[in-house]
Formats: sequence, C-alpha cells, structure tokens
Amino acid sequence: MKRCLDIARKDLRSEFRTKQMLNSMLIFALLVIVIFSFAFGPYPENIDQLAPGILWVAFTFAGMLGLARSFASEKEQGCLDGLKLCPVDRSAIYMGKVMSNTVLMFIMEMITVPVFIVLFDYSISNPLELGCIIMLGTLGFVFVGTLLSALTVNVRAREILLPVILFPVIVPVIISAVLATGKILSGTNDIWAEIRILGAYGAIFFIVALLIFEYVIED
Amino acid sequence: MISINKLSKVFGDNIALRDVDLNIKKGEFITLLGPNGAGKTTLIKIMSTLMSATSGSVTIDGYDVKEEPIEVRKRIGVISHETYLYDDLTAYENLEFYGKMYEIGELDERISNVVSLAGLQHRLHDRVGTFSRGMKQRLSIARTLLHDPPILFLDEPYTGLDQHAAATFDEISSGFAEDKTTMMATHDISRGLEKCDRLLILSSGEIVFDAPKEKIRDEAHLRSIYVQHTSG
Repeated sequence: MKRCLDIARKDLRSEFRTKQMLNSMLIFALLVIVIFSFAFGPYPENIDQLAPGILWVAFTFAGMLGLARSFASEKEQGCLDGLKLCPVDRSAIYMGKVMSNTVLMFIMEMITVPVFIVLFDYSISNPLELGCIIMLGTLGFVFVGTLLSALTVNVRAREILLPVILFPVIVPVIISAVLATGKILSGTNDIWAEIRILGAYGAIFFIVALLIFEYVIED
Repeated sequence: MISINKLSKVFGDNIALRDVDLNIKKGEFITLLGPNGAGKTTLIKIMSTLMSATSGSVTIDGYDVKEEPIEVRKRIGVISHETYLYDDLTAYENLEFYGKMYEIGELDERISNVVSLAGLQHRLHDRVGTFSRGMKQRLSIARTLLHDPPILFLDEPYTGLDQHAAATFDEISSGFAEDKTTMMATHDISRGLEKCDRLLILSSGEIVFDAPKEKIRDEAHLRSIYVQHTSG
C-alpha cells in the first residue's frame, strides 16, 4: 500500500507542477457545461432529462483526456520500464495510477458541479447522495480506464483507441450514474438499484484489473 | 551468478533469441556485441524481468526471473539509453521516489553518496528536464546505484552521449562497476573491449562468439572477428 501511495504522490507532484492534465480536463469539462447551457437556452422544458447526461458527458470525456496521458507520460524517458524494474508487485503500479487518476477526476468534478448547478439553475437538496453517485461512477470509470490506458500505452494511436474501447465497457457505469443523477436532481431518493450496480461494477473490475495488470503492461 | 538455459524468444514469425545458453560468474564484466536486431536488448529485457521468454530459463543469484521476479529486481540495476527519469521532478525527487520503491533506509544519506559519485550535487534540486543528455545519464547511474545492486545490465549506455559525456560516463562507471557482475550491450567495439573480461557476439538471436578478453589481440582483431561472425 505504501508503494502505491508513493507512485500516486509522484504522479500528483509532477502533475501539480505542470498542470498539463488537470488544466485540460477542467477546461474541457467547463466548456461542455457552458456550451450545453447556451445550446439549450435558459429554461428548456426537458432539462431534467438532459442535465444528468450533460454532466456525465463532461465528466467522462474530460476524464478521458487525463486517462490517455496517465501511462503515456510514463513512456517518456522509458519511465514505465523504470517502474517495472522496481521490486514491487505490478498491481502496486495499477493501484498508484488509480489513486492519482481518481484525485485528478475528483478535483475536476468538484469545480465542474457547482458551475453546472449555477448554469442549469438547480438546487441540490441531497448533496450527499449526489456525491456518493459521483464517487461510485468515477471509481468505476477510473478502474476500467486506468487498465485500458495501460493496455493501449504502446499503441501509436492510443488517444483514438482508448475511447473506442473504453466507452463500450463503461456503458453500465454511465447509464446507472446518469439515471441516479437524474433521480437526485429531480428530488427522488430511490437510487439503491443504481448504487448496487455501480458498486458491483467497480468491485468486479477492480479485482479483475489487479489480477491481469501484470500481463497488460508486459512488453 | 547468472545462468541462462536454452532461452528463446519469438515475436510472431521472428525469432529474436534461439536456444541461448550462458553462464556468467560473479564479478565478470561481459561485453555483448552484435548488429541491430541481433537480440541484445531482448536478452537484457528478459534477464531484467521486463519481458518473459518464450521458452528456457534465466536464474540470477539463485532466483528464477519468472518465478521470483521481485527478488531478481532487488539484485539488479539497469542503465539504458533511456534514463527512466521524470523530467518534471527534480533530481532529488526522482532519487527519493526510486529510493522509496526500493525501500532504502537512510535514504537522504544514500542519495547524497550516489549524487556525489555522479558529480551532480550542485544540481540536486533542479528539474531533470533542464539537464543535458550527459547529466541525465549520470543521474541515471545514480538512480541505478541507489540500492547498490550486485548485478548491472547496461543496454547501449553510450547512445546519444557526446564524446565528453561518454568519457565522463566511463570515468564514473569504472569506479562503480569494479565489484559488480556486469553485462553491457553496445555497438562501441573499442569501449566494449577496453572494459570487459569476456566478449560475446550475438547474431540473429544466437551467441556466435564467446571468448575471454585475453584471446583478443587488439581492437582490429576484434573488428575482424565481429565482421566474420555477423556478416551474411
């Protein structure tokens, strides 16, 4: 666990110094929210049906920018080989990357959600439930995204390939998260079914990723 | 110290290594010569646990690279033409990170020692991205020596270095490699001959020449052997 934290700390230290990924993710997410808010006008009739999808489009597409860079940055100067040469279990590399990607996603989401609430004129009566859904949805996205980011790291067109293989796999996460977010925004609190799906999806993919990561990053 | 038995590696239709057998004694300095695509890097990658073999086995210090890779990694250091250093971190932060990954005790003192050896004390808190290629390679030496590995693999360490940087690399490496078991893959016949105890030539995935340094009269002799074994 300590080695995972060291890897995450190294990634975040490097990222906070350059802010390459964070700035891209943040600007992209805010642009999506702003563009959709202008496109649909101030008070569209079916905003309750559209808004959750808009929020998760912003999260997932912005997150994709970060995930694509997550392992690609390790390829520079052969750092991925340097990491693989360290006497730690390869799953520690996956865990460390999951931690740093999750922190970056949460920062992006914490700034995006208030802007979304203001622009779409929502008042959130149950912020804890919204936070819970965003957390579970983000973890499911990051667990799979980090694994597939490692899988595509040696591919020349990885920026194109990653979304193509990631989005079909995370359909259950996106559908459940959008449904649950829609219920929360409309004041309904019956989101247990979605929480169960998100929890099970995250747990299954996390375990699978830990088991197969060693083979995924082998040359 | 290192034992390689019937090692083969196949990429699709391409045979990168073909039944390689090799034993390396403790403290030996092996120079591995061969043309591009001969399998030098593949051999070093398999020995250093970065790649798995198609068949055969490698044992390092009694540990099988496939069965106990973590034990093997504790005992080896790899210097490549790639530095394995993060440009956005300082030299100290890079060494601190790798030191933690190797669980090195009294890390600050160890960092101070290896940085002194590499002659980079004055740039310890500068970002590696601002370093010249030669300085990065010296820092790469410091990174490799942090956990004081008894076995070193040097994979084309002179690539991209100018004459001055290569000479500095030689000066530093002559100090640290003395008591270590070392295998260096290189195209630099002159440097390879100067440093080694034993010379290997790899061609098309096979060891086609294996002799102690004493059997080589001079550089011209080695060049003729090299051409003879790698042409065609």
